Amino acid sequence: MEKRVVFRSSWLPYALIAPQMAITLVFFFWPASQALWQSMLLQDAFAAKTQFVWFDNFKDLFADPRYLASFRVTAVFSTLVTVLGLTLSLLLAAFADRVVRFGAVYKTLLIWPYAVATAVAAILFVFLLNPTIGVVSLLLHAMGVDWNYLINPTHAMILVVIAAVWKQISYNFLFFLAGLQAIPKSLLEAAAIDGAGPARRFWTIVFPLLSPTTFFLVVVNIVYAFFDTFGIIDASTSGGPVQATTTLVFKVYQDGTQAMDLGSSAAQSVILMAIVVTLTVVQFRFIERKVQY
Amino acid sequence: MVEHRPWRALSGHLVLLLGIAVVVLPIYVAFVASTLTFDQVTTVPMPMTPGTQLVKNYGDVIAHGSTLGSRAPVGRMLWNSFVMAMLIAVGKIAISILSAFAIVYFRFPLRRTCFWLIFVTLMLPVEVRIFPTYKVVADLGLIDTYAGLTLPLIASATATFLFRQFFMTIPDELAEAARIDGAGPMRFFWDVVLPLSRTSIAALFVIMFVYGWNQYLWPLLVTTREDMYTVVIGIKRMIAGGDQATEWQLVMATAMMALLPPVAVVVLMQRLFVRGLVETEK
Amino acid sequence: MAKLAFRDVRKSYGAHEVIHGITTDVDDGEFVVIVGPSGCGKSTLLRMVAGLEEISAGEIVIGDRVVNRLEPKDRDIAMVFQNYALYPHMSVFENMAYGLKIRGFAKDDIKARVDRAAGILELAPLLERRPRQLSGGQRQRVAMGRAIVREPAAFLFDEPLSNLDAKLRVQMRFEIQKMHRQTGTTSLYVTHDQVEAMTLAHRMIVMNAGRAEQIGAPMEVYANPATQFVAGFIGSPAMNFLPGKGAGAGRVALDAGGIVMHASGTVDTGKSVVVGIRPEHLAPCSAADAAITGSVELVEQLGADTLAHVSHGGAMVVARLPGGSMPDVGTTLTLAPDPARVYLFDAATGARIAT
Repeated sequence: MEKRVVFRSSWLPYALIAPQMAITLVFFFWPASQALWQSMLLQDAFAAKTQFVWFDNFKDLFADPRYLASFRVTAVFSTLVTVLGLTLSLLLAAFADRVVRFGAVYKTLLIWPYAVATAVAAILFVFLLNPTIGVVSLLLHAMGVDWNYLINPTHAMILVVIAAVWKQISYNFLFFLAGLQAIPKSLLEAAAIDGAGPARRFWTIVFPLLSPTTFFLVVVNIVYAFFDTFGIIDASTSGGPVQATTTLVFKVYQDGTQAMDLGSSAAQSVILMAIVVTLTVVQFRFIERKVQY
Repeated sequence: MVEHRPWRALSGHLVLLLGIAVVVLPIYVAFVASTLTFDQVTTVPMPMTPGTQLVKNYGDVIAHGSTLGSRAPVGRMLWNSFVMAMLIAVGKIAISILSAFAIVYFRFPLRRTCFWLIFVTLMLPVEVRIFPTYKVVADLGLIDTYAGLTLPLIASATATFLFRQFFMTIPDELAEAARIDGAGPMRFFWDVVLPLSRTSIAALFVIMFVYGWNQYLWPLLVTTREDMYTVVIGIKRMIAGGDQATEWQLVMATAMMALLPPVAVVVLMQRLFVRGLVETEK
Repeated sequence: MAKLAFRDVRKSYGAHEVIHGITTDVDDGEFVVIVGPSGCGKSTLLRMVAGLEEISAGEIVIGDRVVNRLEPKDRDIAMVFQNYALYPHMSVFENMAYGLKIRGFAKDDIKARVDRAAGILELAPLLERRPRQLSGGQRQRVAMGRAIVREPAAFLFDEPLSNLDAKLRVQMRFEIQKMHRQTGTTSLYVTHDQVEAMTLAHRMIVMNAGRAEQIGAPMEVYANPATQFVAGFIGSPAMNFLPGKGAGAGRVALDAGGIVMHASGTVDTGKSVVVGIRPEHLAPCSAADAAITGSVELVEQLGADTLAHVSHGGAMVVARLPGGSMPDVGTTLTLAPDPARVYLFDAATGARIAT
């Protein structure tokens, strides 16, 4: 789609687009190309010698059990966050769509966790689930669970998943609710007349019609779990115990700030970029809301 | 729905109330903790009703941080967070609306190239290019500055595409009428495009303010001085090593203040927020 | 106020020419309607006058200036759009005042002009409203008001009534005529609706596929269409076209049977022609005099007259009969035209064959 009307000026459009182009080039393309270049360099610790090594950094990474472990952690983490987050929010949205009274109040009460920073969300749960003084931990101890996320890897994973899901539920809820409300009521009435009960209506009509929303949210949640949850992990478990919650993004950060291996860190960045690009392409391919030029 | 059975409505309300209770619980506990004394908060179990230290705890952290952990005053951090959120929100909107205007209303060489260069930035969040970007910012001497804190986050395509999409819905005849009325491009921009974009701008502002306020990884890297910390990264620095050293009542007071502004924005401008959220995800 | 002139005006997109040289003059104060089917180039031509489309070749003159290189704002024209193009965030007053404000008119002068235009268009009570609070007809009046206040050399109308319902269209036609009478401003009016063209125009330009097929006063175009296209486009119900061949002086033998008498001189025997007869020029006659004989397939009673659709050799011929007549469907009808009002067109070129 193009505008029929155009203004003519030889310099004005460039002046208008210059700020964005400048920032994009300096803070985006320059660093991204640096990452690509550095991912193929090998530097010694004092940066005295630099050697071009092609894809050796990538080969080393995929031979490194610790890197592969962080891949596994990320996979488990993002699967849990996506599945739990979508299930719970779909449940809430389905009920919110059904109630007539106080619908707006429920909506307001459910959307605000979106506005809480990931790191702050993590701190809230660190406090709730603190092994010695946490309110919820006491309940767990009383039930005979020896809860301690500081030393138990499974507990640590549970903690970060809960914090991540808690924050993301409102986002999923809003999109599911909008999706549900877009389903014509006449369809459900027709199904009811055909004799389908509420559960059957949900699985045979509502859920299929909701699938574009669901697919969109799956991609968004995976991206969220991969990249936006750095704050949760850094502010709660710091990747521990023994790497049990070290996701790919957290590892890039850790290696970049501590290990001083720039080539490896850059290679990790490049792998992350490839993952985001893939996810974005998938999203654009399968969702009809493509950006059209 | 079709059937009218009282128990179904009731079960709906129950599920929703349960959901809300779970969502609210962490905040409630945090709020209670932020009103207690150090001794109360470390008691096992902690009291579950608000104490009397609200004013003292909040006042203390605003003025001079915690005593055992970081001593950076939270008041300064809140200001930094506010400046960062405002600069990111206003900056993104300003550069995006201008570039979208150029792309939609002008034909110029390299237009397509510019469009695609901006489009590609949609794909890469700051987290994945974090160290190379850090190096650029460091080379430019922008560590510990507001510019360094915000500029790399302003480079994003979302807002540009939102505005572009909106501009496409403005009828061509409006621009033609303005040309015949004697308005040049910038006059048309100020008198017609900008007023018509008010809702989009407001919706985007809500989203971007929250986004800016809640940044974590980037401020963690580019701020080294306490007086440049934002509140979100300041909280973590208050949690000292062992449990005994952490003044949870102060950490929770800070957490409450860190989450209140963006939550207030979202709740008060709920309609704009929902609209912005849905539109930026197109 | 001013004259307008088109001198071999052409428009092309790349190598593709869409307007193939239009030449005509528009007199000071004249109301000229450009009419044609969609895609014929009529809107493009108007937009070239406005300066919204570039002129590929030829010249357009407004007053005594060639305006080819001038910006729209410098051409001293005002335009009324099909979708009104009112600024949604401005009041009616602000919409009308905007062009004057940009041109730096004094506040008092702006107010006086807007009030005068509001008086002409009966918009005075609506000046503080926003466009979305107005009906379609009111919006179009505001759009016209925006044109009037500028007191330009020419008004350009781009299908201004197409978004309105039928009843409102009739009323707005009247409003436009009234406005033109009061202002006397040279006007160019684009429409695809031949009724609008017939009722509003002093002169009309009938366009087809980027060419002006005929330029003339409405009744002249109706009575003497220059081409088969014009003949078919102007007049409602549309003219009947029947293929035939020359059969001696004043006679054409229709391919579907029957002989039509005409007053267009001699057509070479055997030459292919198209005979054009308007429904209103067909009348029932005796079987011996009949040019067209066929069975009635459909009867439409419109009150004042009755349209009879008669099957003639596979084609349908429409005859407009007096309101009272009511032929039964299935009966045979014999019809003949007034020879003076039979039009002949060259079957190959569509050009009128006249003596």
